[in-house]
This record gives sequence, structure tokens and C-alpha cells, in this order.
Amino acid sequence: MAFDQQKDQQFKYIGTRPKRQDGIDKVTGQAKYGADTYQAGMLHGSIVRSPHAHARILKIDTSEAEALDGVKAIVTRADFATGLTGENWNILENIMADKRALYDGHALAAIAATSPLIARDAAKLVKVEYEPLPHVTDIVDAISGGAPIIRESSIEANVPEGYHKNICRRFECGKGDVEVGFGEADLIVERDFFTEATHQGYIEPHACLAHMTPDGKGELWCTTQGHYNVQRICAALLGIETSQLKVTASEIGGGFGAKTTVFIDPVACALSRKANRPVKMVMNRSEVLRATGPASSSWSTVKVGMKKDGTITAAQGTYRLQGGAFPSAPSESPAQVTFAPYDIEHAEMVGLSVLTNRPKQAAYRAPGAPMGVFASEQVLDEMAHELGIDPIDLRLKNAAKEGTKGVHGPTYKRIGLIETLEAAKAHPHYSIPLKENQGRGVACGFWFNFGGSTSVSMALSEDGSVALSIGTPDIGGSRASMALMAAEVLGIPYEDIRVTIADTASLGYNDNTHGSRVTYAVGLATIEACKSATQELCKRAAGEWGIDPEAVEWEDGYARPSGPNAGSFEPLSLKQLAAKMTQTGGPINGHFEASPQTAGPGFATHLVDVEVDPETGKSTVIRYTVVMDAGKAIHPDYVEGQMQGGAVQGIGWALNEEYVYGEDGRLQNTVFLDYRVPVASDLPMIDCVIIEVPNPGHPFGVRGVGETSIVPPLAAVANAVSAASGVRQTRLPMSPPRVLKSMKEGKVVG
Amino acid sequence: MSKQVVSTKVNGDPVDFICDPRESLLDVLRDRLGLTGSKEGCGTGDCGACSITLDGRLVCSCLVLGVEAEGKEIGTIEGVADGADLHILQEKIIDHAGLQCGVCTPGIIVAAKNLLEKNDNPTETEIRYWLAGNLCRCTGYDKIIRAVQDAAAELRKAA
Repeated sequence: MAFDQQKDQQFKYIGTRPKRQDGIDKVTGQAKYGADTYQAGMLHGSIVRSPHAHARILKIDTSEAEALDGVKAIVTRADFATGLTGENWNILENIMADKRALYDGHALAAIAATSPLIARDAAKLVKVEYEPLPHVTDIVDAISGGAPIIRESSIEANVPEGYHKNICRRFECGKGDVEVGFGEADLIVERDFFTEATHQGYIEPHACLAHMTPDGKGELWCTTQGHYNVQRICAALLGIETSQLKVTASEIGGGFGAKTTVFIDPVACALSRKANRPVKMVMNRSEVLRATGPASSSWSTVKVGMKKDGTITAAQGTYRLQGGAFPSAPSESPAQVTFAPYDIEHAEMVGLSVLTNRPKQAAYRAPGAPMGVFASEQVLDEMAHELGIDPIDLRLKNAAKEGTKGVHGPTYKRIGLIETLEAAKAHPHYSIPLKENQGRGVACGFWFNFGGSTSVSMALSEDGSVALSIGTPDIGGSRASMALMAAEVLGIPYEDIRVTIADTASLGYNDNTHGSRVTYAVGLATIEACKSATQELCKRAAGEWGIDPEAVEWEDGYARPSGPNAGSFEPLSLKQLAAKMTQTGGPINGHFEASPQTAGPGFATHLVDVEVDPETGKSTVIRYTVVMDAGKAIHPDYVEGQMQGGAVQGIGWALNEEYVYGEDGRLQNTVFLDYRVPVASDLPMIDCVIIEVPNPGHPFGVRGVGETSIVPPLAAVANAVSAASGVRQTRLPMSPPRVLKSMKEGKVVG
Repeated sequence: MSKQVVSTKVNGDPVDFICDPRESLLDVLRDRLGLTGSKEGCGTGDCGACSITLDGRLVCSCLVLGVEAEGKEIGTIEGVADGADLHILQEKIIDHAGLQCGVCTPGIIVAAKNLLEKNDNPTETEIRYWLAGNLCRCTGYDKIIRAVQDAAAELRKAA
């Protein structure tokens, strides 16, 4: 359908805000999350972890632990597949060390015992002999002279000679010639910016229950953003065929990217295989912080050239992202994302992945983007102030639109950046007068959004109700959105559709719930699956009427004769057709499988007001407005939820959250008391404006909204704190001592 | 360590259990009594996902030992609804979309109910400070606060 027609679509269900169907289970405590299931004869797992940031493992003696009454199995690296390559090898190396412990908290062995207490006691009885090795945890130290080389073998071929050997990957993109661009500039600003690692901070720790049986089959229940991915990785790490392992996704208590990979699931499977009993494993918070997630820390250098009227003539960026002891930092992302909102002729962007003795970086909501944008959007803010241009006007002047070729390559179809900027400017928030010690920040953000492999199936019951099976765990209300889209296509009430997250044995392959893809891609597949059913329904009606199926159309829940020669018949409802389906040709189901490639990019503009206490340096967010293009908001409550949640995670990243490593290379803040995520009393209400510039690549115009929301807030808050404190804030977190010190010294130091 | 017998009331019903003196009340509720509505998000009293009431007082059940519950009345999320009738807070959390993943929701509801029993007209600030011990990573709290405000308004109407 052409975009112009689509714009005028009238919807009956889409855009309404019905109650989510899993609501009652979740408010009564009945919903089953990863740790909420039990099995007869079940054992409990625990993990032995390295206290060293970097050490050779000389010997693991499990004899005392094995002798403890109640211990049923112990596994080490020897109990997993050998000969793995690529990311499978990296994942195995991360979840169970081989010859070296690469970070504080690195797993070395695991125990299954008859109770959690015995498993924990037994872990203390495992004797490990280490030879400590020099370590490095800081990104700047890691690529300076004397740092120990973490893993030379992971350096990719395109990393030039002469780079530090802890730089393992280099990515480059851009257009034009930046030297020409800087030559045309009236003002050039170049700055360095630093951000610390943060954790996704989902409230539900990783948990699973594995049961492997002697016939080589297995079943796994786990909290995950993608059980097909868990199935694939576990099978590879265990050395079994993928289809022999059936994986069921539990309800998921938050993931934000970090539950797109595995940590304990293959370990529980290996323990179960060895003990021949079901094994449950649940991480504690300290294990979550030490050995899962976190996002990268970063060091960015950004240089922008601008004319007096605010036109950007050139942009240059180098983004160094630290990904732990594994070549996984998403350094290509800031290179592509930071200047994607703007129409720039000359740009040169480089992303570098850096190795340190930290846990393997995991995806965190728009991986790599927020920290890069923290740099780029602050440089633009500084230049707007210097040139006396309103920061929104500056962005409007350079804003990308349909037809603009982004600095990362693609030419945009219809996008909604300008609409978000205009709405932000018109919002009452933008004209509220500020008081003393207050500052206002603006920042824009972009995220690619993603399609990904998707299978959906729907089954019609004889009473006219519908079972919809999808394969992407529902992390924030997506079952409600799928039911709304199915209701719209089928023309039956939302309440008549039950959506289930199918297990890996019941539905074809699905990529993870990630990349802001579910409402877009799974929604598209749901629409197409339902359309294939309505085509069959039309065929059955045509049979009833004795006319050509082409002469029947589906409209608002009824098959109706259509066209001049179709004849005149009473429309047949879905209920009527369903009741007769077994006599008119058999069951009616719909399905759809694809990897849609038409995800529409997401853009947002954030406004924030911050008050900085000049005595303590404490920053308080007093007002926050998120303006974002959702394409089409299927269930606006849950779109706003993504906007608010992303903004608040960004506020935490900006003001409070950081990984603190000691000189000994050990993580010092391994509980929520010390790793402080935002609490209710830290925050104001988060105002939302949903912009709807339809994505031409989705039947209803949907764009992903999950990730764009965390791209601008680090920069927006920093711009506000910079304005309030009078000092450009180049380091995160903007903790009270750091901001106070910057105000005393007139610049940020350390 | 030898196990101990503990007699309590859970959501109004008499319940006896045996437990290891090292087990938290949260472990007992979940692993021995099958009441998995209370969640362990941290085990250190920082996240509030395991919020329950003990003789009417709001506590983190991960910070209470199972044996400490002897003779006490325990209130969990499973006891908040009256049979099939949801508590007004439960209804409002659903209506306002005050949950995304939902794992913090039981703790939020137990804590907010405890607030509204003491104060049926809390200010936004009072709600935010009362719930400051209940971490939610998905919502940014906005819709939770609105749901609690709306529930309080309904309770005042009914009073």
C-alpha cells in the first residue's frame, strides 16, 4: 500500500488502550518467571567464580566439594563441546573459563546439589590454584603503553599496524572529505568525552530449569529475550542437535538486551546431563553485576565544523568502546548513529573495540549509541550556545529528512525527525522560565530499528475465537499489541484473541525480542498470518454462495460479496464461517514466515530541565519531555512506557550509575545499594509526545520504539547540567562530587 | 544445621513449615510454600520485589529469616485480591499500564497497599518516597505513580 493511502487509514482497534491480557497474572503474583518453576527431584546449581581480574588457572580441585553429602554433579570446561569457533566459542569462554580467568567473577566450575544451601556450601569447597597475571580495566589505560595484552588472537585483519594490541576491531564510515568541510567552517569545536559502564539492571536475575535425559534430549525453561537463540547456543555448547533441546521462555522480568545471550543456561544443561536430574539455576544480584551485561564504557573524540548560520560543514568522530575480555563492543554503532539525524556533506566516523579485564559486554538498548551521542549532541549544544542559535533551531537547520543520505550510508525514506523537533519547540515545557541553578538540555537521537527472522501462526476455533502463536518473549506488553493488530485485520474483538509465546518445538524460528523489532516485524507477520486466514474465510464464503473467491472481500469481521458481478448475499461473519469450517474444507489457520527488511528508522527529541545544587553538586531532574516518532502507536500506553523507561534508564546512566573497579581489578559495587539505579523519589513525571509519521514499510505504519528512547537522554541531561553548572560536562556519571569539583575548577577533571 | 518448625499465618490461613535457620522468609515462601509471587531481585533489601507484610508492617522478606516468622501474620501478593475480585490497586496498575515486565509489580502493589491503608490521600511526593524502596527498571515510575494516585482517589470515593 502506498504511503499516501496509508496515512488516512481509519482504525477500529489500533491506537486504543485495552487492558493487557497477562495483566491479572502479573498483579496477583501468578505469572511464572524464570525462577518460579520447580520439578520433582530437582537439584540446585551454584557457580564458582574467579576473585582475580586476570589469572592463569593452574588447577581446579573438586574432591572436597564432591564429598559433601547432597552434591550430585560438578562441571568444568571439560564438560562442554570442543572445537567451537566464532561467537559460540566466545560465549563458552565467557560462561566457563578454560585456561585463564579473564575478569573478576568469571565462572570456573559449577555444582548441582540437593538444596541451594548445599550447592553454595560446596562451591566454597572447590579449591582453585591461580597464577595472577597483570590486568587492566580502564579503557584509556587499556590502549596506553604498558597495558597487558588481553587476547592478541582476536585482533581483526582491518586493524592497522601500529594500533595498540588491545584494539581488536576497527569500523569506518562517512562521506565527502572532512578536510574540505572543516575548511568551510567558521567555528570548529573538538572535545573528548568519557562514559562508564552501566548495567541493564533488569530486576529479575537470570534463572532457568534444565532437564536433560539419557536419550540425548532435553528441555529447558528460562528467562530470555529469545528462546530460539538459547536453543541454538546451548545445543552448540553441549554438542547436541538443536532440535533435541526444547526451550520454553518463561515470563521475563526485564532484559534490555542482556537477555539476548546466555550465561547459566548451558551450565544448567551440562549439570543436568551429568547428574541425570533436573537442575535449577538462579543468579544472585552480585553474580548478575559481576558476570552478565554490562554495556561498554567509552572514550569518544568528536570534532564539528559549523558556519555562523549553524550549518554543519563537517563532522568527525572516533568512538572507542570497551567490551571486556571479548571482541564484542558495539563500536560500529556510535560511528553510524551519532550524526545520523543530520544532513552533513562531509563526515568521517571511526569505531574501535577495546579489550579489558571486564565481563563480556552485552547488548543494552540501542547498543553503543547513547555514549556516542553523549559526545556528539554536546558538541552541537556547545556550538549553538557559542553562535547564539537556539539549540532546536540549530538541529532543525541541519535535520535529515526524506531523501537525505545519512552519514552511515542509507538514504532515508519518510522519517519523522523534523516533526519531533517542531513538537518539542512548540511544547509548553520549552518555554517555562528557568530559575536560578537550573538548566535546560535538548538532544536528538536516532536508532536503525530492525526486522529479523519471524514466524507467526494463528489458529481459528469453531466458536470464532483465535489463538495466535508468536515466538518472541513479551518484555513490555507486546502480546497486547499483537492482539490489537490481529483484531484489526480479522475484525473481531481484542478479547477474542489469545496470544501465546510458543516454545521452540511448537513454532518456527524467531529472532530475539531485540532491535526494537517485535511490534514492527512480529506485528507485520501477525497481520499477514491473519490475512492468509481471511483469504481462506473468503474462499469458504464463496463456496457457500457458489461464486468466485475473487468476488469476496473481508471487511470488519465479515465476508462480503464485492464487485459488480458478485451477486447479492447476506454477509457471513467470522463466527458463522468458523462454526462450519470442519464441514467446508477443514481447519482454518494462518501463518507467515519472513525476515522483513523494511523497519523504519526511529528519531526522538528529548527536553530536560535540571537543577544543580551549588553546595553539593547534586543534579535533580525537575522536568522531562520525550518526543518520539512511533510511526503508528498500536497500544499508546506501552509506547509511552518505552519512551519513559528509556528516558529514565538514561537519567540513571547520566547521573548515578557506573561500574567501579578497584586497583585490584575487582568490581566494588556489586549490590543495588552501591550500583544505584533511579528510584521513584529521584524523578518527576515523564511527559510524552507520540509523533506518528508512518513507516512506509509496515502495513499500519509501525516503527520500533524500544531503543531510540535511550539514545538522547545522556546528552540531554548533560546539556542541562552543563547549562546549570556553567561547566561543560564531559564525563559520566555526573555524580555530585564530580559536578561540584567541576564547578570549583571551571572544567571537568577525572 | 538442624531444621526448625515454624507456625505462622499466611494470608489469613494457618501455615506451619520447617526450614533451615539460614533460609530467608522469602526462600521459605517461594521454595517451601510455593508462593512465588514475591520475587528475589537482589537479596539485600534494596529492590523491594520481595515486599510482604509481617504483622501488618511492610518488610523485605529477603531480610527476614524464616524462623523469625514464628507466631506472625504474613501478608503476600497472593493475598491482596479477594478471591476473583482484584484490589483497586491491582485494577489501576493494569488500567494505567503501570507495568511492563511485571516482575516488580507484586512488591509495588504490596508496598502501595500498605501506604494507602495508612494514608488514603498521599501527595505525589509521598507516594514517590514510600515507593523509593521498590525498584522498577522498565516504566520510569510515571504510570505506577498515576495508578496509585487513581487508586487512592477511588478508595476515598468508596470511604
